[in-house]
Amino acid sequence: MKRDLISITDYSKEEYLKIMQLAGEFEKNPNQELLQGKVVASLFFEPSTRTRLSFETAISRLGGRIIGIADPGSSSTSKGETLHDTIKMVSNYADLIVMRHPLEGAARYAAEVSSVPVINAGDGANQHPTQTLLDMYSILKTQGSLDNLNIFMVGDLKYGRTVHSLLMAMTEFENPIFNFIAPPELQMPDEYKMFLRDKNIRYFEHREFTDIISEADIIYMTRVQKERFSDPMEYEQVKNVYILRNSMLAKTKPNVKVLHPLPRVNEIHTDVDKNTKAYYFDQARNGVFTREAIISHIMNLK
Amino acid sequence: MNDNMKKKLKLKVSAIKDGTVIDHIPAQYLFKVIAILGLNNIENQITFGTNLESGKLGSKAIIKVSDKFFEDDEINKIALVAPHAKLNIIRDYEVVEKKVVEIPQEIIGIVKCFNPKCITNNEVITTRFRVVNTTPIALRCNYCEKHTVGEQMRMQ
Repeated sequence: MKRDLISITDYSKEEYLKIMQLAGEFEKNPNQELLQGKVVASLFFEPSTRTRLSFETAISRLGGRIIGIADPGSSSTSKGETLHDTIKMVSNYADLIVMRHPLEGAARYAAEVSSVPVINAGDGANQHPTQTLLDMYSILKTQGSLDNLNIFMVGDLKYGRTVHSLLMAMTEFENPIFNFIAPPELQMPDEYKMFLRDKNIRYFEHREFTDIISEADIIYMTRVQKERFSDPMEYEQVKNVYILRNSMLAKTKPNVKVLHPLPRVNEIHTDVDKNTKAYYFDQARNGVFTREAIISHIMNLK
Repeated sequence: MNDNMKKKLKLKVSAIKDGTVIDHIPAQYLFKVIAILGLNNIENQITFGTNLESGKLGSKAIIKVSDKFFEDDEINKIALVAPHAKLNIIRDYEVVEKKVVEIPQEIIGIVKCFNPKCITNNEVITTRFRVVNTTPIALRCNYCEKHTVGEQMRMQ
């Protein structure tokens, strides 16, 4: 039976650990011709240069060939072809499909239609599981373990799918603590807080940065986007509250790392970049190794 | 009201010899129930009445299908629109069994996903939900993973 990766909860803790172990191997030896003779379709129905380049680099380092859509404006979709038909056609050509789509649930549907495995590279505001796996790999690599970590999530916790998926995945590990820092309009949704309460996992909510970040092992930053606010005044009031500056890291733990799914706008001041606690660019680099690991796992190559 | 009078009231819609009577359907969902059960596509004799007085529902509908006995899986599909529906199984003009409907664990088709950005609202796809709560009803979309809850529920 083919395996897909659509939602982070499709995978068990054992699979998370296997992917991370493989990612470690690819980091040591990134060029392995495991996909030689294979064709991978890279279907980006909405532009996402960063994710597309990361996947295409991973495929290239594995020796695979890429066909695909990078610009949805020039594809058959713009002529009115249904997703169903596009996927049917492409799954006749390729051995694996990597797909980004603006509509939620599109990836699950594509996996049902496709005869070859599908990797979800983001479906609207729903899921982006490869981002979560690379976040976990980054945490494991910098902290040495995924257990007993105090994770701070900052910014847009309401719509940020990366924080939701990371939260779900981290609850599989021992004794996590979560601290949420967000404006009232963009707080962590109740369903996730209920999920944590049901699992007896501690979490704390804050309106702004305080000395509390001195307890953090991971500070996961996200963008606060203007279009998320119903009231523009509200945005003006909070837009500068959730900015991380280098001086704020002075009293933090030596092991703390600042993560961000990127692209950043202004939420991490550039003066943080030179601090050894800044990890977001390394995190992006880890994405290539993690995606090599995911592809090898799904294609039964490792 | 004695049993005899009750019987007479029921006879507003003529009695059947063998088959199933589905009672206590909210009047506004009569045709929905007909569609869900595919009654518009079968050869059996069917009589129905609607906008009948009902203490519980205000206005109810009733369907009588001759020579038809539904499987539980089949009849439970109407639980979303007619959660208080009662079934009377009739043999030789007598009620031989009474049944209530139960909300199934999975809903295929019937309901629309509440999320306008869900793929099922943008392409022709049969919806699929897992029932995560019954009162109020909460359905988790198999595709976009969002919950459609209570009042938000619309039929496909």
